[in-house]
Amino acid sequence: MAGLNQLLRKGEIASNHRPWPRAVVTTELWHEAVAGLAGGQWHLLGLWGEPGRVHMALRDESDETIAVMTLDCERRRYPSVAQHHPPALRLERAVRDLFGLEPVGLPDPRGWLDHGNWDVRQPLAATPERAPIDKAYAFLPAEGDGLHQIPVGPVHAGIIEPGHFRFTANGETVVRLEQRFGYVHKGIEGLMMGASLEAAGKLAARTSGDSTVAYGLAFARAVEAALGIDAPPRAIWLRALMAELERIANHLGDFGAICNDASFALMQAHCAVLREKTLRAAQAAFGHRLMRDRIVPGGVAAELDGGGVSAIRTLIADIKALFPALVELYDNTASLQDRTVTTGTVKPHLARQYAPGGYVGRACGRAFDARKNFPYAPYDRLAFEVPVLDAGDVNARVWIRIREIEQSLALIAQLLEAMPQGPLRIDLPQASQTCEGMSLVEGFRGDILAWLRLDAGGGIARCHLRDPSWFQWPLLEAAIEDNIVADFPLCNKSFNCSYSGHDL
Amino acid sequence: MRKLLFQSLVRTSLTEPAPSVDDAALAEVGAALANTARRRLGRSLSIREVDAGSCNGCELEIHALGNAYYDLERFGLRFVASPRHADVLLVTGPVTKNMRMALERTYNATPNPKWVVAVGDCARDGGCFAGSYAVVGGVSAVVPVDLHVPGCPPPPLEILRGLLALLETAATAQP
Repeated sequence: MAGLNQLLRKGEIASNHRPWPRAVVTTELWHEAVAGLAGGQWHLLGLWGEPGRVHMALRDESDETIAVMTLDCERRRYPSVAQHHPPALRLERAVRDLFGLEPVGLPDPRGWLDHGNWDVRQPLAATPERAPIDKAYAFLPAEGDGLHQIPVGPVHAGIIEPGHFRFTANGETVVRLEQRFGYVHKGIEGLMMGASLEAAGKLAARTSGDSTVAYGLAFARAVEAALGIDAPPRAIWLRALMAELERIANHLGDFGAICNDASFALMQAHCAVLREKTLRAAQAAFGHRLMRDRIVPGGVAAELDGGGVSAIRTLIADIKALFPALVELYDNTASLQDRTVTTGTVKPHLARQYAPGGYVGRACGRAFDARKNFPYAPYDRLAFEVPVLDAGDVNARVWIRIREIEQSLALIAQLLEAMPQGPLRIDLPQASQTCEGMSLVEGFRGDILAWLRLDAGGGIARCHLRDPSWFQWPLLEAAIEDNIVADFPLCNKSFNCSYSGHDL
Repeated sequence: MRKLLFQSLVRTSLTEPAPSVDDAALAEVGAALANTARRRLGRSLSIREVDAGSCNGCELEIHALGNAYYDLERFGLRFVASPRHADVLLVTGPVTKNMRMALERTYNATPNPKWVVAVGDCARDGGCFAGSYAVVGGVSAVVPVDLHVPGCPPPPLEILRGLLALLETAATAQP
């Protein structure tokens, strides 16, 4: 089969789409692309809608190319990708809920984000329908002797986001887990249509709170790609500094929380102190604990002064002094390892099919990191390794985080060492015509895809943000099978998928 | 592990002094309590957190209340797993239409007397999500709110300040 770019050239290439190409394709080419996905030749990076058309982003691993295919949906119908390639299933259900585009052949007729509580149906279609959908929702059946169901959520016992988990168990053993999401759907894509860059940037930074830097970066890079500009060097380096601080803070939090879910509270106590130190350093350096709204299209909105640099250097020294003892503690506590090793294993064939990003993928042999595979500045000039393990269990996901904390510490040292001087921000040129941009940014959880179209006035015509969780959540359903119910919190925390980023 | 535990014994505590209580928060809570069942709670409140649509930013900072620096439990404040055990609902986010019923049910499951604290800018009026087809608005559009803690997200110290104001007022309210 031809390469992705060859296939794309058979379509009608869209002008002003950067940095990767987009083409409007025929139904035949769409089918060919779906066959490539199903055959494992390409990976699905995202699938999103617009009134009357559907877009699909693909990655060709053989030559590291990315391409977007667009299909005009005659009579609001298009051939389903998910009927041949299941990772597209929830994305197609979401597109149907929002835009009313019917994926012909989709094996699942149920709504996904729409629970029947909105006043309209297909709110983002050209002409939304008035009548809401039916509120009833049928979970998939599980049949057999002695099975019982355990419904959990949307309000959970812990301090976490809302979602529903429907367990079918045989005694203690989980036979099937089915997730239901959409509870935190805020209509971000709808709010972004027609929004100013400033308003849309704020929404992007509030898509998933723990990844506010990564989302801000993905959005800013997509805007800059559309306009064909680059942020000044100092801004690019400061962005990376914030991104690595965010990665460390989240990984520290997860490391402690995973151990806590195995009732090992000591680790949580120590990790929470290190996480707090990280957030305080971020506050000192950039004026906000989560560094929200610090990355803007055209640069950054916060300067790093001498006090900030020394706060970060102190933080690095503190973590380097305290963290190794925690890693040793994890490695040498048999009762803890007993809970994490061989628990919640992701099967390799599913990892190949779903192509999950972040620690979920890297813990089961998938050597993908957007900073390496599609290197963006300044990572192309920094030395770091992407840790990969094969086991695919909770333990492997813990170790990937540990190694990534170490890598990020080394990256921060390099960033501080060679931080260029100069302006923080450039003025954005006025877009003279419609232009489109996309970006792929590595957040702590995995790769975030941002795609947007700017109208001639410089506002947002359409923006889609694809959270890494879309391709991770389904794997959690599979990973928990044959584990005990009591290990679910442990498995769930080791995935730590986003609800808000997924629900949009 | 023994070394780590031993160090915890000999090192000074990381826990920081309690913040002073904000006057504005005290006034807001005081007014709310005047109309509720007055009962001494023995300076102890059980809190149930409800994410009604937030981006998860507020949850991160609420989580931080449990770390050694803020040590929420020294004030008699603790998070509980069920609304049926709670005195206070700590609600975040713009309330989404898909979470409206869950929030109402959680509120109804909480025994009286109860208080609702809305955390974050979105919880006040929907924040930047106000006006969406999928959003109801602030928390007060669905359940009565006794106290707002502003911020995006509010730092742990601000959330703590709000909760302490609630605790002060609840403890001194005449039966």
